Amino acid sequence: MRVLMVDDEVELVNALVERLGIRDIDAVGVTNGHDALEKIYEEPFDVVVCDVKMPGLGGLDVIKKVKEKWPDLAVILLTGHGSTRDAEEGVRAGAFRYLMKPINIETLVEVLREATEAGNGRGDGQIP
Amino acid sequence: MNLRVDSPQAAVESSTLIPHGYYRRLRWISVSAVASVSVIPLIIMTVINYHQYEEAFRIEATRPVHRLTVSAKLSMESYLSERLSALQLVNRAASIEEMRDSAELAKWLTHIKRSFGGFVDLGLIDAAGKQVSYAGPHELIGRSYQDHDWFHEVSQRGVYVSDVFLGYRDSPHFVIAVIHDTSDGTLYVLRATIDTNAIVRRLASLAGPELNDAFLINREGILQTPSRLFGEVLGQLPFQVAENPEEPGILETKDPDGKPVLVGYAAVSNTPFEVAMINRSGVYHGDWLSLRRELVSFLIVSVLLILGMVFWGATYMINRARNADSRRATLYHKMEYTNKMAAIGRLAAGVAHEINNPLSIIHQNAGLVQDLLSVSGKEPPKEKLLSLIESVLSSVDRCSAITHRLLGFARHMDVETEEIDLELLIRGVLMFLEKEASYRNLRVDVTVDEKVPTIQSDRGQLQQVFLNIINNAFAAVEEGGSIAISVRKLNDQQVAVAITDNGMGIPEQNLAHIFEPFFTTKKGAGTGLGLSITYGIIQKLGGKIEVDSHEGKGTCFTVTLPLERKQS
Repeated sequence: MRVLMVDDEVELVNALVERLGIRDIDAVGVTNGHDALEKIYEEPFDVVVCDVKMPGLGGLDVIKKVKEKWPDLAVILLTGHGSTRDAEEGVRAGAFRYLMKPINIETLVEVLREATEAGNGRGDGQIP
Repeated sequence: MNLRVDSPQAAVESSTLIPHGYYRRLRWISVSAVASVSVIPLIIMTVINYHQYEEAFRIEATRPVHRLTVSAKLSMESYLSERLSALQLVNRAASIEEMRDSAELAKWLTHIKRSFGGFVDLGLIDAAGKQVSYAGPHELIGRSYQDHDWFHEVSQRGVYVSDVFLGYRDSPHFVIAVIHDTSDGTLYVLRATIDTNAIVRRLASLAGPELNDAFLINREGILQTPSRLFGEVLGQLPFQVAENPEEPGILETKDPDGKPVLVGYAAVSNTPFEVAMINRSGVYHGDWLSLRRELVSFLIVSVLLILGMVFWGATYMINRARNADSRRATLYHKMEYTNKMAAIGRLAAGVAHEINNPLSIIHQNAGLVQDLLSVSGKEPPKEKLLSLIESVLSSVDRCSAITHRLLGFARHMDVETEEIDLELLIRGVLMFLEKEASYRNLRVDVTVDEKVPTIQSDRGQLQQVFLNIINNAFAAVEEGGSIAISVRKLNDQQVAVAITDNGMGIPEQNLAHIFEPFFTTKKGAGTGLGLSITYGIIQKLGGKIEVDSHEGKGTCFTVTLPLERKQS
């Protein structure tokens, strides 16, 4: 399973990528919406985990653009307490689910598995 | 369209701007106004009543004096006219030979005494002024009246009534005289002395029990009959009455004892006499003084009562107003606090996100340490662990900074004056909005004139003012919009902060109402108190706020603040 982690907090992205790696999930991190879209164009991913509020392209913008190109690619949104309305809008726009920060890593892994099973990804990511 | 609003009346701020001494001044204005409309008419009415009563008492006292004076005048005129007619009768009926004969003259005297009364003697004086014949109690034959004034006067006028005088008999008397013209043209004067006792008795009976005194005077004020109060015949009256008055009159004067008297006087026609009727006016004065005392006492007591009631009423009402103002000020203060909390609440999304992010970092870094120590099964490198702990600590610092910033906003509610750097204060406010600006791609520029000094003002209040205005600017602009904040020195007393946005602008019809309480266009999203409270706070701090807006182009709020806050 290949996962793309998108959040403007680099330390959070790094920690999550490393923790998913320890759980044998191949995760790649980027810190803004533009880099995320570029990465998805360049490489296949099974799931995208994206923060809702980010400078520039936010989570909602990312999900809209992803769903235009790869409607089956699962997107999980991360949100704080102040932006659940945006996250709900994201779900209506096609997000697989949204998770509230701070997230429990085991919950994230579980949701990632569910998302991978439900979605078709955009390429050749494999479920371990 | 460029519209400017610089002095709308925000009702809620009034209670917090009441200057020292306002209530004391208000109380005195109330007392003066109410007292003047109640006391002045009372004083005017009392003065009018005073004069009316005084006049009524005076008329009451003078009426009988006047009436009896007129009666005495008519009576004296009648009496003297009768005596003159009697003398004329003798003059026409008796021949000159009869009148030259004292015995015959005595018969005529007896005759007119019986018929008319009041005669003392009768005498004939020839043209040379010599007494030719005489009938009466004195020895006057041969006496000469050549040099007497009365003799010359009767010679010229034909008829004469004299003043009272002593004459040869050396006792007070007066005479009446007429000219007798014989057929050969020789002139004689027929003269009679009148009994003054009869006049005195007549006057006394006219005065009756109502009056204290009645007498005759001549034109010079010499007593012609004795007076009970003013002395004997030929004495001088101590006061002046009108000389030969055409109408009867009343004079208020004092008797020799200093007691007030009313003097009625009237000229007796065709004589040198005036009748004088005297009434002591003690009763009139006594009654009047008693009533006057009651009137003045009534006025003083009424005025004191009115002033007391007015003062008590005004004090009561002013105290009620002051308490109401005080309650309103307390309420307003609470409302300010609520507004501030609401303003901070509107930032909650950004703040929550700001805190959530470092919390997530702490959470994930701690989880990673746990993973490294337990899940991976191998010893993690020390540097790796230290790096993660460093990240945790810096995230804790981030949370702590946000918490402090929030507390810094919430605790500044009591009015305190301190030195404030406006740039730092505004940047502090903007820190709450940094994330929102970042997410919405907003451009926020702060430019500060180098010459801007620090100001003496209230930090908490200014934070609220700028938070309200900048929050509004953020709400007004679209994604990608811009907000410019400039701070500049206006003059030696003032600085100005202008917050300009390129948002939707304020419609013309709303511009005049934006500082009114409960005016909002946010349809449930706002309380409508933000700008109203902002206006009140700025007024309280001694500054002013202006708004300049172009619909569709943007809005500029300019806050002008004094360098030193005036203590109100």
